[in-house]
Amino acid sequence: MHHNGSPNRILVIGGGFSGLTAGIEAAETGAEVIIVEKNPYLGGRVAQLNKYFPKICPPLCGLEINYRRIKVNPNITFYTMAQVDSISGVSGDYNVKIKIKPRYVNENCTACNACAEVCPAERDSDFNFGLNKTKAIYLPFEQSFPLRYVLDRTACPKDCSAPCVAACKYNAIDLNMQEQIIEVKVNSIVVATGWKPYDAAKIDNLGFGKVKNVITNMMLERMASTNGPTEGQIIRTSDGKPVEKVAFVQCAGSRDENHLPFCSYICCLASLKHTLYIKEQNPDAEVFIYYIDIRTPGRYEKFLNQVLEKGGVNLIKGKVAAIEQDADSDDVIVTAEDILSGTKIKQKVDMVVLATGMQPEGLEFKVPGLKYAVDGFVIDADGIYSAGCAKNPMDVAGCGKDSTGAALKAIQIGVRR
Amino acid sequence: MEKKIGLYICKGCGIGDVVNTEKIVNIAKNALRVPVVAESDVLCSKEGVDLIKKDIAEQGVNSIVIAGCSPRVKTEEFNFPGCFVERVPVRELAIWTIETDEEKQLAAEDYIKMGVIKAQKADIPEPYVIEIVKNVLVVGGGVSGMTAALEVANCGYEVVLVEKESELGGFARKLYKKVPTDDYSKGVLADVNLEPLINNVTTHPKIKVYTSSRIEKIDGQPGDFDVTISKNGSSETIKIGAIIQATGWKPYDAKKLAKKYGYGKFKDVVTNFEFEEIAKNNNGVIKRPSDQRVVTSVLFIQCAGQRDSEHIPYCSGMCCTTSLKQARYVTDGNPDAAAMIIYKDMRTPGKLEYYYKEAQNTPGVMLAKGEVTAIREEYDKLIVTVEDSLLGQKTDIETEMVVLATGMVPTTKEPQDYLIGLSQAAAKGDEEKAKYLETTKKPEFILNLGYRQGPELPFLEGGFGFVDSNFICFQYETRRTGIYAIGPVRQPMNMTEAQEDARGAALKAIQCIEHVAKGIAVHPRAWDTSFPEPNLTKCTACKRCTEECPFGAIDEDEKGIPFYKPNRCRRCGTCMGACPERIVAFKDYNVDMLGTMMKNVSVPSEDDKPRIIVLCCENDAFPATETAALKRLKLDPAVRFIQLRCLGSMNLVWIADALSRGVDGMLLLGCKFGENYQCHFAKGSELAKYRLGKVQETLDRLQLESDRVQMFELAIDEYWRVPQIINEFMDKIREIGPNPFKGF
Repeated sequence: MHHNGSPNRILVIGGGFSGLTAGIEAAETGAEVIIVEKNPYLGGRVAQLNKYFPKICPPLCGLEINYRRIKVNPNITFYTMAQVDSISGVSGDYNVKIKIKPRYVNENCTACNACAEVCPAERDSDFNFGLNKTKAIYLPFEQSFPLRYVLDRTACPKDCSAPCVAACKYNAIDLNMQEQIIEVKVNSIVVATGWKPYDAAKIDNLGFGKVKNVITNMMLERMASTNGPTEGQIIRTSDGKPVEKVAFVQCAGSRDENHLPFCSYICCLASLKHTLYIKEQNPDAEVFIYYIDIRTPGRYEKFLNQVLEKGGVNLIKGKVAAIEQDADSDDVIVTAEDILSGTKIKQKVDMVVLATGMQPEGLEFKVPGLKYAVDGFVIDADGIYSAGCAKNPMDVAGCGKDSTGAALKAIQIGVRR
Repeated sequence: MEKKIGLYICKGCGIGDVVNTEKIVNIAKNALRVPVVAESDVLCSKEGVDLIKKDIAEQGVNSIVIAGCSPRVKTEEFNFPGCFVERVPVRELAIWTIETDEEKQLAAEDYIKMGVIKAQKADIPEPYVIEIVKNVLVVGGGVSGMTAALEVANCGYEVVLVEKESELGGFARKLYKKVPTDDYSKGVLADVNLEPLINNVTTHPKIKVYTSSRIEKIDGQPGDFDVTISKNGSSETIKIGAIIQATGWKPYDAKKLAKKYGYGKFKDVVTNFEFEEIAKNNNGVIKRPSDQRVVTSVLFIQCAGQRDSEHIPYCSGMCCTTSLKQARYVTDGNPDAAAMIIYKDMRTPGKLEYYYKEAQNTPGVMLAKGEVTAIREEYDKLIVTVEDSLLGQKTDIETEMVVLATGMVPTTKEPQDYLIGLSQAAAKGDEEKAKYLETTKKPEFILNLGYRQGPELPFLEGGFGFVDSNFICFQYETRRTGIYAIGPVRQPMNMTEAQEDARGAALKAIQCIEHVAKGIAVHPRAWDTSFPEPNLTKCTACKRCTEECPFGAIDEDEKGIPFYKPNRCRRCGTCMGACPERIVAFKDYNVDMLGTMMKNVSVPSEDDKPRIIVLCCENDAFPATETAALKRLKLDPAVRFIQLRCLGSMNLVWIADALSRGVDGMLLLGCKFGENYQCHFAKGSELAKYRLGKVQETLDRLQLESDRVQMFELAIDEYWRVPQIINEFMDKIREIGPNPFKGF
């Protein structure tokens, strides 16, 4: 796939599922690939998931294969804690500046944990959506790649004597590490910047942040994970009580002109998957899913049936009007309109899960030099191809397919030259 | 090139504090005869790495054993191109998981010995390179197939496109209008515009099109397929590098909906496909079939024969959007017209929601959730009864015409159904099989693969006729290397999705060709240049390898002698595990190597010190174990872990040998199997379980308890289960007592 002996070079912005797929597939087809990831680890959003629907299999399994493909492939370079600072030039000949934030931990790190043992400070775990804390110097998660610690300097106490530095036998901690700018030349760019959960606090009537035991679907995902804040136990955040009745509010922020106007594709399937998590821990648990339309397209219909067969799963076509705290307990009262019967329902539950949608990263954070639609999705140009959820809300399978296709379009730019 | 082994022992991360490395250096030098042995305080430091580099340069070391940490860290530091590198995770498996210093020492010795033996037994593979062709065959000339063909050709590769009809275009040819790809503010109906695409294909210098043609036969392997194409009674065989199947779908047979929706009984009940034809033939004017009158009211019934266990159990994904589009055929330009859509759930995922919004804002388009329970005819109108809807509990709606939103059936379904029937009949005996062949009409096959394991792409269990794919992480991972299925043969999808799918498959096809050109495996071992080399002189033609290979990589002659097709191979080693004669070997992975490693695991002579060997999958169960180590979970010191490429490569001889040497138990940790299998080689762990069923015989012969060998399914994220599984197993082993062969 080389042209006139010069390599076909592709920049992939985003090292989540789509970015890794695009990057690895392109590199295994002969291109030179640079992956830029803003987190301190690769894997993106899926690394935070407990299981994938419909197979209920762990995302880390596929990531492990991809990490190995990266390790053995000299065509791939990746930068974590990095963001694109600017893009100039034209299709076939882009100049890109990449800003790399200091990790304060260099390649000498052996992941031995001696630093974290002595670290006196804590920070909210962003990986676990603030549901627990990590030390200021921490490993993002057990199977993160690269397996290297990272220091959150904002969490360091002002007068800290930096015992981490003394504890590290390998000179891996460098408190003077500076931000770096590097420049690369590429033929084409794949934009795989993905999504973040819509901020549920913006939805006034759903009580997030105000009513106890109202959480988001991604928080539940972390709770259900063994490496999560509750070691896999799905319990109430207020009092640690195991849940017996759970309500899911679909389209929390999606399909709503005031929030996200599109459908986020995955939330129906995610809530069904979460129902399985809950039923696995408590087969007698009862689940209420308030929805507009149940969207399990294609072969996913089988998954819907599989979940419904479990029993105790109530699908209610209806709009949730209010979520309030029970007067005498930490329970939550959901008020909804059952559209089919036209009646008003009040349901008391232990916990409410808001099926918040995918906000494309581009809605709030735009990569300089790229074009975006008003809804935050990337607009492609010659030599610039969006992939996965930067382009359209989609499931992981769809991202795999789409980003493999984006890799092809990117490769064609280098061939055409 | 002469092999020269260098063993490098790291003393960092606490290893040097407890492990007597000097003792191990002596074992390596004297007992194992390793020519170059060195220790380092911090092997991953510049000094440590330089030491190795110096030995490579000056002493000709080319086979490196690094005893230190797991390759989850320090991959860049310990990367020595052109050398065999074996990482022995002493830190994880000895220091972090074992409690006593004495046991840590024993474990370190065992693991380092095994690492050295692995290096001694491994040869650097010479890739399998044959003369290949770098072109792609696309089967099916619809939008998916044409897109794939163009994308491949635009990367500079030759394409052969085979279409069974006389013209290209496939189903899109029948469309009046299509849904615009993205922006609906400029209009909700777009021209299909098929001609430019067809032109691009037919005039592309790198694409050769065969219309009115079929695939008669496909033999060979990636890079070297022999494809026979028949056209008008004559046939031609051409060499092909990789294959894309884009044969699309057929509408569900609406005659089966006669009872439910009066299809066939009422002339004005048509399918969405027929409705599209009506629109196309009359240039957008909707005339109903019974009297050719232009209609002003049409009712669409969604999920007609879909999401229905008696018909199609799945959702076709595209029908909601199609009906929203077709509703506009009725209302466009006619303010008095009404199109009503009765749906179960309106499914317009992602940005298609905007299309739904546009419809909701279109006068004349009405949408209601409901269940259609009856259709009857009154005079020249149809009366549709809708229940459980927003319109009330039971409502009759009058309409001039009814459109059934029927779904898509993959073209692969018919051959699949036939083949499933055949294998079921064959399982009952030759007589049943003969009867089946005689009485069942054979459908037209599509690929006609000359593979021992069957003429078409494998299908998913309960997959409704769609072809196999691992479905989530690796969309194009079929069980037939170099053959990629796209579009609605893989899963229901709309035209835009099918085109995206085509691009992905185009890349994979090219990638496959480039890999086989260099003799490298394709996914997932996309770095591996080893391949199975059977010593056929000792083959007994038992056919186990040809039957068990998950990728159909091995054909056989009439006598059952196998023919290995390395370019079809994914290097899992299932054939090596299957072979009772142990004649299949990879240069750097074979029965002898693993067996010798196991033989060198220490077996304590004391009765109260059991020894257990754990064979585990290197991608899932082993990383789970390493994670347990990272979490400092403690494991019984009796265990010794050995990684396998896949549990499918587990050969029963290892179990027999280990147990007869006095090893007290063998534990197998593999991926989940069954319908939602997680094995990256599809069937590896399942086959290991199957073989284990036969180990009973061996154990009986040795007069050993069957519980000494057990298998567990372990996913990569279940690291917390590792100590649990091992403890339970150890309890069992201690209960059974020591292996009587101990000390012999």
